[in-house]
Amino acid sequence: MQNQNKSGVSVFLGRLVRSQYFIPLTALLLLAVFNLIADPAFFKITVTTNSAGNRVLAGTPITILDYGSELAILAIGMTLVTAAAKGQDISVGAAVAIAGSFILRMLSGGNANAATLQMPIICAFLLGCIVAMLFGAFNGVLVAFFKIQPMIATLILYTAGRSIAAWFNNNELPIIKDASFSYIGGFIPGIPIPTPFFIMVICVVIITLVLKFTNLRLYAQAVGINENSARLNGLNPAAIKILSFVILGLCVAVVGLIKVSRVSSINYSVIAKDIEMDAILAVALGGNSLSGGKFNMATSIMGAYIIQFLTQTLYKYKVPSEALPAYKAVVVIVLVIMSAPTVREFFSSRMKKVKVKEVA
Amino acid sequence: MKKKLALLLVAGMTMASVIGCGSSAETTAPAADTAADTAADDAAADTAADDAAADTAADDAAADTAADDAAADTAASGELIKVGIINNDPNESGYRTANDADLKATFCEANGYDASFAYSLKNEEQINSAQQFIQDGVDYLLLSAADTSGWDSVLQDAQANGVRVILFDRTIDADPSLYEASIVSDMRAEGDKAVEWMKSQNLGEYNIIHIQGVMGSAAQIGRSDALTETAAAEGWNIVMEQTANWNAEEAQQIVQSVIDSGESFNVIYAENDNMAQGAVAALDSAGITHGVNGDVKIIGFDTNKFALEELLAGNWNYDGQCNPFQSSYIDDIIKTLESGGTISEKTIIMDEKGFDAETITQEDVDTYGI
Repeated sequence: MQNQNKSGVSVFLGRLVRSQYFIPLTALLLLAVFNLIADPAFFKITVTTNSAGNRVLAGTPITILDYGSELAILAIGMTLVTAAAKGQDISVGAAVAIAGSFILRMLSGGNANAATLQMPIICAFLLGCIVAMLFGAFNGVLVAFFKIQPMIATLILYTAGRSIAAWFNNNELPIIKDASFSYIGGFIPGIPIPTPFFIMVICVVIITLVLKFTNLRLYAQAVGINENSARLNGLNPAAIKILSFVILGLCVAVVGLIKVSRVSSINYSVIAKDIEMDAILAVALGGNSLSGGKFNMATSIMGAYIIQFLTQTLYKYKVPSEALPAYKAVVVIVLVIMSAPTVREFFSSRMKKVKVKEVA
Repeated sequence: MKKKLALLLVAGMTMASVIGCGSSAETTAPAADTAADTAADDAAADTAADDAAADTAADDAAADTAADDAAADTAASGELIKVGIINNDPNESGYRTANDADLKATFCEANGYDASFAYSLKNEEQINSAQQFIQDGVDYLLLSAADTSGWDSVLQDAQANGVRVILFDRTIDADPSLYEASIVSDMRAEGDKAVEWMKSQNLGEYNIIHIQGVMGSAAQIGRSDALTETAAAEGWNIVMEQTANWNAEEAQQIVQSVIDSGESFNVIYAENDNMAQGAVAALDSAGITHGVNGDVKIIGFDTNKFALEELLAGNWNYDGQCNPFQSSYIDDIIKTLESGGTISEKTIIMDEKGFDAETITQEDVDTYGI
């Protein structure tokens, strides 16, 4: 009886180790346990009153949910692009600058110091979505029709994007003074949870529904695994690749809106700098193969929050500026090696051996 | 199907770009007009931020001044002085935009110059442009180098061809005999000025959040050293010292993490205005007051227009200038050299101001805001 029970546990463990959830869950758990032991106050959540007079929640967990949400939204699009196009889009940081700049341009109406909004935020956002999706489609066309490696194709926008963003606003730095614009990257009056978290939830719900009720997942994976056989089965690989880039464009527009709302302004050269690397890392931490094919959206999103959790932990322990990238790199190396298929295979075979011994 | 889709996309993108251009062109025109107007009043034509506006402004200002000194100059010498200007990309920052506009306004035909511009953030491309300018036979080469090294051979070429080199904004690791003068900002002095101001506030206790720029950049080193040394000497407490890479959102997260940890602080020393802006956003969402009548003193650098307006409104306390207006200094040097004079000081450090929220005026905002 006990023996059977034991093997049941090891079967479960074996399944867990092989599961894609294993790495991100372990990483989250390790970070959480480390912080809990080092300083339980890390998890303290308090209620404060912000300068607009709203009662809001504050504390490190809230900060992680707040700032990690942008990365999580990008991870959604990046996972799809990775799966279908078998490569990554490195232009998302520049594209966020473009979308953010365009939204500001619409809201300010070309006057850098406009006192009032020149159009409703939702209209500016929708136009921003269209612009970002067009740039996404541009990347998609280069990848799908011209068969350029995604990283090379998106290098074009990576290089030119920030100049395009600056051009939208004649290189001025528009500042939106209307308080309602800051709700998006901050708090909506009366709601104590940061708005970016809600936006992330909406994005996740939408993508979950899309993946559940359409064939997008199947098609993207089919194209990513074997483009030729996908075509022989009546799929159009080019269209699906472009679609994945367009969806990423949509994610980029959402992130651009949040980013420019946080400080109600923009700095073209540094906004969302290097965010593409974090987004790709989130996908990798989620245990997804960076060479395309099968993907798991939930683990990518967890990967995004792990990165933010890590950043916040490093800030908390006041790691010196010079050493910050090094610490991050060490953690990333460990996580990526652990999630590598060969290492996972090794662990699960060890698990099997344990099981076999127990049965014997 | 493929072809149709591709056609559709291309058509869509062309449409978008046409519409985009159309609308921006319409709105640029009035902007340029107003910029030109203010520039005509204002001796410093550099308030105009975009290229188009700067050009118009330059023409306008030039038309005004053509009557007096500049015209006399050109008339006297009879020919234009050829200058090649190598700068970093104007999109890099507000500083660079103002710097470029300032150079364009000074080195124009009406002031007796025939100027060509080359922009790059990459050293090799800048060196190529320099060689091109030397072949074109410019009289002066004005250089803001992307990188400090690798300039020796091209500057020797310049010397061999009788091209005189003036460095602005950034120094290089080359023998000083290879250039006539170098006009630079002293980042350390900027930091010292700000720290001196902090000392003069007599806060009783100093608990400082120090937000650094990109590690290793000249501005970061100078401004960080000033604070670090004084803090050690005065016994000031640095609550947090972290790099936000000149980025507003990163600064916001850093300040947020200090607020979350519950540590108290009363000064934020941000090494540029964008990071100060991000820090203030974090304070606002936590309901912490800042500025002249607030609990936390805010210090920024670079005198961006928005920052000076925050000072004027009393939301921030101090802003240090990093002067982008080297063109008048360069102009003086060229005039001196042309008239046969010599330059006594190789390294010229520009005057840089520090603004206090309690004494700043609207006039300061208009004159020094970039």
